[in-house]
Amino acid sequence: MDILPILSTLRRHKLTAWLLILEIALTCAIVCNAVFLIGQRLERMDMPSGVAEHELLQIQVADMVAPANPYARVAEDMAVLRQVPGVISVASSNQVPFGSSSSNSNIRLDPAQVRWTLSATTYFGENLPKTLGTRLVSGRDLESSDFVDVDVAMKALGTGDAKHLPSVILITQTLAERLWPGQNPLGHIIYLAPTVGLRVVGVLDSLVRPNAYDISKAQYTTIVPLRMGANKDQSYLIRCRPEDRAHVLDAALAALKKVDPQRVVTTRRSFDEVRRKFFQDDRAMAGMLVGVIAALLIVTALGIVGLASFWVAQRRRTIGVRRALGATRRNILNYFQTENFLLATIGIALGMALAYAINLFLMLHYELPRLPAIYFPVGAIALWLIGQLAVLGPALRAAAVPPVVATRSV
Amino acid sequence: MFAYYLDLALRSLKRNKALTALMVLAIALGIGASMTTLTVLHVLSGDPLPGKSAQLYYPQIDPQDLKGMMPGKEPPEQLTLVDGLNLLHAARADRQALMAGGSAPIDPGKADMDPFYVETRYTTTGFFPMFDAPFLFGHAWTAADDEAKARDVVIARSLNDKLFGGADSVGRTLRMAGVDWRIVGVLDQWRPNPHFYDLTTGSYAYAEQVFLPLQTMVELRLDRNGSSDCWGNGGGGVGNILPNDDCVWLQFWVQLDTPAKAAAYRDFLVHYSQEQKALGRFQRAPNVRLRNVMQWLDYKMVVPDDVRLQAGLAFGFLLVCLVNTVGLMLAKFMRRAAELGVRRALGASRRALFAQLLIESGVVGLVGGLGGLLLAMLGLWLVRQRPSDYAALAQLDTSMLFTTFALAVCATLLAGLLPAWRACQIAPALQLKSN
Repeated sequence: MDILPILSTLRRHKLTAWLLILEIALTCAIVCNAVFLIGQRLERMDMPSGVAEHELLQIQVADMVAPANPYARVAEDMAVLRQVPGVISVASSNQVPFGSSSSNSNIRLDPAQVRWTLSATTYFGENLPKTLGTRLVSGRDLESSDFVDVDVAMKALGTGDAKHLPSVILITQTLAERLWPGQNPLGHIIYLAPTVGLRVVGVLDSLVRPNAYDISKAQYTTIVPLRMGANKDQSYLIRCRPEDRAHVLDAALAALKKVDPQRVVTTRRSFDEVRRKFFQDDRAMAGMLVGVIAALLIVTALGIVGLASFWVAQRRRTIGVRRALGATRRNILNYFQTENFLLATIGIALGMALAYAINLFLMLHYELPRLPAIYFPVGAIALWLIGQLAVLGPALRAAAVPPVVATRSV
Repeated sequence: MFAYYLDLALRSLKRNKALTALMVLAIALGIGASMTTLTVLHVLSGDPLPGKSAQLYYPQIDPQDLKGMMPGKEPPEQLTLVDGLNLLHAARADRQALMAGGSAPIDPGKADMDPFYVETRYTTTGFFPMFDAPFLFGHAWTAADDEAKARDVVIARSLNDKLFGGADSVGRTLRMAGVDWRIVGVLDQWRPNPHFYDLTTGSYAYAEQVFLPLQTMVELRLDRNGSSDCWGNGGGGVGNILPNDDCVWLQFWVQLDTPAKAAAYRDFLVHYSQEQKALGRFQRAPNVRLRNVMQWLDYKMVVPDDVRLQAGLAFGFLLVCLVNTVGLMLAKFMRRAAELGVRRALGASRRALFAQLLIESGVVGLVGGLGGLLLAMLGLWLVRQRPSDYAALAQLDTSMLFTTFALAVCATLLAGLLPAWRACQIAPALQLKSN
């Protein structure tokens, strides 16, 4: 295909040509970044939790009047829940994976350390690893002799009395590798406060934190043997078979109500709902981005159709002359297709540079990583395709112009 | 002349319906998308207490130990109970209030209503006049009630409607958290957005139903919501255990009517920090901040990143739509070169042609703006269907309505400028000759 005649024609329509190039460049830049953002959101929504998500239920109840012995109340509730048909395992916890509300500690490896090493989340509660379904890769699970009542521990923390504090801790593989790279973490001490040193006795395969906003720190998780009393922040986690969830949830609530008819159920949900709620904003954002990409491509395509139609109408006579001089329909068709391809290519090249600039801006303001090179061809191919599709209609109309037009005066 | 140009514009737009529809659609889509996101941004970054917010300040001091100290680092974002009460009792501001958020179970004492949980605010008497909270019935509790740890509550209108059918419930009893409370006041509809005075319980669409004296809450150990930050041997408090003195968990607001008073209050905070250091309670050099409401919201970056990103994205989209319109408009005007040439030859000035073409693009902008407005309403409706906590706030107000229109017409006129100018450059003779 001869490109030079096309270029010389475009030179006579500089302004319109540049507007089309600008539109393609802007669309390309926005589409590249939007597709990248969608990828980021999807990756986040795919974050592994390390727990048996389809087998878990969460229940929170609150008492009208705080029970005289909140620990006895939890023990009673858990015993009652274990009796519910279909229940495999029951745990009490201060927080749940992807639950947002979290308890966190600044971890030090040496009590004299000035800056803490990192902030990790602390799960408290009994029977957690087994109920959550997170696998122990080395060491042992927490035993009942490890556990301390949480208010005893809080008091001991104030007075610095080490006897009434827990002495062991479970951590995730990721956290172990971050704290002691390449070493066996078992036996190492983690300090949650200068007077609270906990020995690592077990390493968990994976357990996500409730506040997993940053994917790189999502697995900085510990389980501390603190016993929770009944209070509004405490949750019961129930494991059952996926198909039993609905009726186990109802039966569990009925059983808890039987213990104290006055109590208020504040949370009752499956873990699928916990995950859905945690990522709802990401899902909405991804949906909106898809909408914007679609709208952008449609507007750009319609713009190309409009301009191409205008050009075809304007050049009707020239086309007739070319046809009369022996050009085939295919020649005319190719001419408009090549013209569009040229404009799209220039637009895409500019768009790539612009996409890179937008990405730099986003990195500066929104803590986004660098745009991987793979996204550039995605934008390019999308716009080449859209351009060719959009120009096809007007180009076919141009090809249909009969040679006899050349002999007419208008 | 205007009417004539308008007539010409309408004729010309009618002549090429598909192209006109395309331009109107592009403008409408661009305006619709950007107005939707701009309205959300506008609502979320609004002033929660217009006219008052500049006089309300959020004092911060630094009671932490020396570990982890870095020069220039911000002090904690809340106060310890000791410091909060000290600053409250010092009463150096025109008004002040110490507060924390929580929740409590209410026993309606009716057979047909189950017990339920409400959000609570534990605060001091200065809260109501300082934040202009309007009373429907009764009044706030007094400073003496604060110190006496009175069992007094102020309830929100919605709770009053639910429990007492909207009647004046002042003097009646509320059974909450196992304690009998005397209702002293009922607040009228009041929901500042963002929830500026305590962002730890969520920035938007959070409304307390019951207000009660903070010191009563400390005595009764009622349930607490929100965050606490601790250092040293601080324990964050679990269940009914309150955070200890090495933890910050309270918000403190002061009203300072003049800049001079604000400057004096800042000096007071420095002085207080020095005094506490001399007493051995504080270890760090004085590190204080005193931000007003808008500065505080700005510092806390309450507007979600996603919302700003969406606004940016929508404006990028509007830009593409405008470039698209410029291109189409240019094509349309240039196609009429012959007609314009005839008008020029017959004596129309360049200025007259320019005005005529601008009116044509203005009409496209107006219709596009109307379409954009409808699309923005649809967009906002879609936003309201989302589960985000700010979703319900996404409403178009009059100022945004006006902005939408102005933006649409300005944008299209701007888009019309270049094509109109270009079309006026046509040499009439050339056009006449070619025919």
